[in-house]
Amino acid sequence: MNRFSYLRASSVDEAVREAAADPTVRFIAGGTNLIDLMKYNVERPERLIDITRLPLDRIAETDGGGLRIGALVTNDAAAYDPRIKDRYPLLSSAILAGASPQLRNAATTGGNLLQRTRCYYFYDPGTPCNKREPGTGCPAITGRNRIHAILGTSEHCIATHPSDMAVALAALEAMVHVAGPDGERAIPISDFHRLPGDRPEIDTNLRHGEIITAVELPPADFSRHYTYLKLRDRLSYAFALVSVAVALRMEGDAVAEARLALGGVAHKPWRDPEAEALLHGRPATRDRFIAVADHILKDAKGHEDNAFKIDLARRAIVRALSQAAAGTPQSQTDKRIK
Amino acid sequence: MQQANAYIGTPQNRVDGRAKVTGEAKYAAEFDAPDLAYGIVVSGAIAKGRIASIDPSEALAVPGVLQVFTHENRPRTAWFDHKFRDETAPPGSPFRPLYDDKVIYSGQPVALVVAESFELAAHAASLVRVAYETDAHMTDLDLRRSEAYVPPKKRSGVKAPPSPRGDAEGAFAQAPVKVHGEYRVAIEHHNPMEPHASTVVYGEDGSLTIHDKTQGAQNSQSYVSSVFGLSSGQVHVVSPFIGGAFGSGLRPQYQLFLAVMAALELKRSVRVVLTRDQMFTFGYRPLTIQTISLGANPDGTLVSIMHDAIQTTSPFEDYQEVVVNWANLLYHCDNVKLTYKLAQVDTYTPIDMRAPGAAIGVAAIETAMDELAYATGVDPIELRLRNYAEVDEADKKTFTSKELRACYQVGAERFGWAKRNPEPRSMREGRELVGWGMATGVWEAIMQKTAARAVLTRDGKLEVATATTDIGTGTYTILTQIAAETLGLPMAAVTARIGDSSLPKSPVQGGSWTAASSGSAVQKACQSVREQLFKHARQMDDSPLANASIEQVMFADGRIRLMSDPGASVTFAQAMQAGGVDRIEAEEKASPGMLTNMRYSGYSHSAIFAEVRVDEELGIIRVTRIVNAVAAGTILNPKTARSQIIGGVVFGIGMALEEESMLDHDLGRFMNHNLAEYHVPVNADIHHIEVIFVSEHEEKLNPLGIKGVGEIGVVGTAAAIGNAIFHATGKRVREYPITIDKLLG
Ligand SMILES: Cc1cc2nc3c(=O)[nH]c(=O)nc-3n(C[C@H](O)[C@H](O)[C@H](O)COP(=O)(O)OP(=O)(O)OC[C@H]3O[C@@H](n4cnc5c(N)ncnc54)[C@H](O)[C@@H]3O)c2cc1C
Ligand code: SF4
Repeated sequence: MNRFSYLRASSVDEAVREAAADPTVRFIAGGTNLIDLMKYNVERPERLIDITRLPLDRIAETDGGGLRIGALVTNDAAAYDPRIKDRYPLLSSAILAGASPQLRNAATTGGNLLQRTRCYYFYDPGTPCNKREPGTGCPAITGRNRIHAILGTSEHCIATHPSDMAVALAALEAMVHVAGPDGERAIPISDFHRLPGDRPEIDTNLRHGEIITAVELPPADFSRHYTYLKLRDRLSYAFALVSVAVALRMEGDAVAEARLALGGVAHKPWRDPEAEALLHGRPATRDRFIAVADHILKDAKGHEDNAFKIDLARRAIVRALSQAAAGTPQSQTDKRIK
Repeated sequence: MQQANAYIGTPQNRVDGRAKVTGEAKYAAEFDAPDLAYGIVVSGAIAKGRIASIDPSEALAVPGVLQVFTHENRPRTAWFDHKFRDETAPPGSPFRPLYDDKVIYSGQPVALVVAESFELAAHAASLVRVAYETDAHMTDLDLRRSEAYVPPKKRSGVKAPPSPRGDAEGAFAQAPVKVHGEYRVAIEHHNPMEPHASTVVYGEDGSLTIHDKTQGAQNSQSYVSSVFGLSSGQVHVVSPFIGGAFGSGLRPQYQLFLAVMAALELKRSVRVVLTRDQMFTFGYRPLTIQTISLGANPDGTLVSIMHDAIQTTSPFEDYQEVVVNWANLLYHCDNVKLTYKLAQVDTYTPIDMRAPGAAIGVAAIETAMDELAYATGVDPIELRLRNYAEVDEADKKTFTSKELRACYQVGAERFGWAKRNPEPRSMREGRELVGWGMATGVWEAIMQKTAARAVLTRDGKLEVATATTDIGTGTYTILTQIAAETLGLPMAAVTARIGDSSLPKSPVQGGSWTAASSGSAVQKACQSVREQLFKHARQMDDSPLANASIEQVMFADGRIRLMSDPGASVTFAQAMQAGGVDRIEAEEKASPGMLTNMRYSGYSHSAIFAEVRVDEELGIIRVTRIVNAVAAGTILNPKTARSQIIGGVVFGIGMALEEESMLDHDLGRFMNHNLAEYHVPVNADIHHIEVIFVSEHEEKLNPLGIKGVGEIGVVGTAAAIGNAIFHATGKRVREYPITIDKLLG
C-alpha cells in the first residue's frame, strides 16, 4: 500500500473537478475491490476521492417507464428493491449470484461495473502482466488460465470481467450515465467495457475524471422468462467460470425477443445479436438453443486450463435458455441447479 | 466408580467457548506491548537465482521506518544446520530467512521492513527495490519423476514402507482380475483462518515473551533459543489460542525468526503478521504421483498389492510422510510391494497437513478398491470384508483394537447402503444423477511422552498444566474433563493451562496424539494428587478412612468417601488442613508403552459413506449426505469429537472437489494465493454430515483408551465422494479435486 491523500467529495461537480486535475486519483465507493488492490500494490492512487456521500443512492422511475439506479445504490439494496425484483428479476438474480451478503452490502452499482479482473497474475505484482504494467507480457496465456477468457481475447491479455451484475445489465441493455469534465453523457452498456486488444490496461471506455452517476434500465418485459445461471467451482461465493443471463419475450411457444449475455468468458459481458436472432419468431426448442450456443461459441478459443469452458458454456447456454423459456429461473438461494 | 463427576465420555461444551466468541481469547497478533513496532515481510518474485541488488533506501527514507533487514545487514545467527532444526524437521538443512543472496523458492522472504505503524511498514515495504539474477528452476514434478530417489535419511516418526512380501509383480501378472491406475491429489495449502503471526515482547532485561502462532510453544521456544543463542530462560513462548493450523504451525515459520531478529536488534517489541498471499510461501501438502496395481481372484480376494508414490520435496530438505503403508493395515494379501520416493522441486519444503500421507494415500487405495469392486462385481463393503486385515500385515502385529467391521456395518445401516443398486447411472432425480460411494479411513493412534502438573489448593480449585497447545481441537475441554473426573471435582473448579513454554514438557500438537498424550499425563498428575490427598485424609484424627485403602474410596464432589459407607467422608479441605498443607502439587510424565508398541499396532478406523448428486449436463456436483462411522477408542467428549470429525469431513470434501494450489511452472510460483481463488468449501457446499462413534474397547494404548480424532475424519472422505461420483456418472476420475472440467472432459 502507498500513502495517499483523501478527500470526501460533497458534490458530483467537486468530485469531477478534483479528479480531472490529477491523473493519480481514484474514486472510492464501497472499496471492496479498490482497497484489496491497494493492499496488493496493484492500484497505487496518490489520492482517493470518497464519493459515498454524494446523493447517488436512490432508485427512481424514469419518464420512459424504466428505472434509474444511482451509482451508490448498494448491490443488496438493488437486488432487494421491490421494483427491481418485480420488473427486472434478472438483475436481482444476477446480483445475488455474486460475492457474499457482507460484500454486497458494501459494494455499489458503479463500483461493481468498474471492478477489475480476478486474473491471478494481475493481482500479483511479483509477476508480469500487461494489464497491470503494459508491455511486461501476459503469463496467463501459457500459464494458469482456468478462470480466463475464451472469447474476444488478444495476444496481449485473456482476462475476463468478473461482474455478475454487468452480465444482466448487458442483457437488459442498460445505459450507464456518467458525468465528466466535458459534461454528462450516457454510454450503452455494450460499449462500456472494452475488449483487451493491444491496450489491456484499459478496461472501459470511461474517460479519466468521469464518474458514473447512474445506471438506467429501459422499460422491459422480461419478468416471466428469464434466468441467471452461474456455474463455478463451488456452489456459492466464487466467481463464474461461465454465467448466462437470458431474457426472453415469449408469444405462445415461440420466442418473440431474445437477449442473452455471457459472463466469465470475455473481457466484457458477451452479447451476440446474430445468435439471438436465430431465436426470434421460432419455437423454443432444444435444437434451436444448441444452434444459438454453437453460433455464439464458433470463434471461441481455449487455452490449456480453460478449454473446457467452451463446452461448458455451450451446455450452460442451452440450460439457461430452457430455464428461461420454461419460466423456471435459476434460484440463487437454493444452490441446486434446475 | 465416581458418578457425581463422571465427565469422561460425556458431551461437554468447550470451556473456552465463551472466551472465543466474546473475543476475550487472544491470538498471536492480538497481544499488545508498549512501544510495539510492526514488521512487514517483502516476498521474493523469482523461484531460483540470486538477489543481484537490494535497495532499501527509499523505504528507509520514509519517516517512521525503523529498519529494513535484508541478507546484507542481517544480524549474525547460529551457524550449524542443527541449530535451525525443530522438533518436527525432516532431514536436511532448514530454510534460513535472509541468510544470503540466494533465492531458492518463489515468495521467499527477502526483506523485513519495521516501522512505527503497520501502515508505514506496509507502505515502506512496497518501496524496497530488488533486482534478481535468475537461474533455471523446476517446479513440475512430472518432469522430475525420473530423478526420484528413496530418501537416504529417514524422517523421525515416519515409518518407511516395509520390505516387499511375496512376489507382487508375479502375482499381479497372473491375477485373473486387475486394476491399475495413477492417482493424484492436488497440492493443498493449509489456509487456517488465522494467518501466521508472532508478537515478540521485548523485556527490560532483554528477555523475550513471544506470542507465536504455533502448534508447539516449546518447539518455538527451543528454535528461538538455539538460532539466536539465547538461554532458555530468556525466551518464553505464550500461545494460549491458535486459530487453526492443520499442520502449518508444526514448524516455526519465518515470521517468528524475523520478528525475533528485529526485536533483538531494535531492542523493542515487534509484531510480524503474514498476509494471506504469504500463507502460500511456506509448507504445503505435496503433490504425489501414486501408482496402484491390485490383482485379485474373481471373488475379489486380493493376490497382489503394489502401491508406489513419488512425492515432491524441496532441494534443501527430505520431507517424508506415510503414503503407501496403509493397505497393510486394511487388507490381507500375501504379495505386497510398497515404494515411496521423493523428487525435488524448487519450492519450500512441504509440511504435514491434517492426516499427512494417509489423506492422499488412502484416497488412492480406496479409489482403486472401488474399481476392484466394479471389476469383480463384488459389493464394495463385501470386498473389504473378504480382504479384511486381522493383523497389521506389515509385521503381523495384533491390533490393540480394531472395530472396523462394526464401522462398515453401522455406517452401512445408517446410510441405507443395502438399497443401493450397484449399477452406475442407475439412480436419478430430475436432472441429477445420484451416486452412493463408500471408503475406509485409517489413522495411527500415537502417543508421545508428555509431562503435566496438577495443583490442588485448599479452596477446592484444581489447576492442571502442560505445554501443549489447543489448535481449536478442544484440548482445554478434555483436559478439564479428565482432571475433574480423576479428582472428583466439578469441571467449574478446574482450570487447564496450556500453550506456554514454561509449563511441563509436551510435544507439538499434531498427529492426533494430544488427547492421548497430554490427557494421560494430566490423569497421572491428578492421580498423584489424589494419593497425597488420601494420605492426609487417612492421617486425620478420627478419620473415617483410617483403615481404607485408596481402592476402597471414591473421590466425588470435593470429598473422599468410603465406598462401602458413602456417609463416611472427608472433604478435600479437611484432609489438607489435617495435613497442614495449602496446596498439593504433582508433576508426572506419561509415556507410550514400549512393550505395547513392540507387540501391538494401534490405529483408529472409519467407514465413510457419501451421497452425491451430479448435474449430468453441467458437471455440477453436490455432496448431499455423508455418514462417517468412526472407531477411535474412548471418545472423551462426543461433542468436541464430533466437531473434529465434521471438520475433517469438510476438509475431505475440499480435497475431493475444490482445493488446489495452482503452480505456474514458468514462474515457479503458486498463483491462486488468496481465498477468493483457492477454494475451500463454503456453507452451500455442505449438507448433511452424520458422525457415529462406534464403540471400541481399547485398553492397551493408554489407561484411558484414547486414540485421537483430529485426523481420522479427513481420511477416506475424498475417496468415498469420488466413488459416489463414479456410481452416479460412470466416470472414474483419478485426480482429486474432481472439478467440472475433469468430469465433463
Ligand atoms: C471475495 C470477493 C468475492 C466476490 N465475488 C463476486 C462475484 O461472485 N460476482 C461479482 O460480480 N462480484 C464479486 N465480487 C466483487 C464485488 O462485486 C466488487 O468488489 C464490488 O462490486 C465493487 O464495488 P465497490 O463499490 O466496493 O467498488 P470500489 O472498490 O469502491 O471501486 C471499484 C472501482 O470502481 C471505481 N468506482 C467506484 N464507483 C465509481 C463511480 N461511481 N464512478 C467512477 N468510478 C467508480 C473505483 O475508483 C475503483 O476503481 C467479489 C469481491 C470479493 C472481495
Ligand atoms: S490475462 Fe490480462 S490481466 Fe491476466 S496476466 Fe495476462 S495481461 Fe495480465
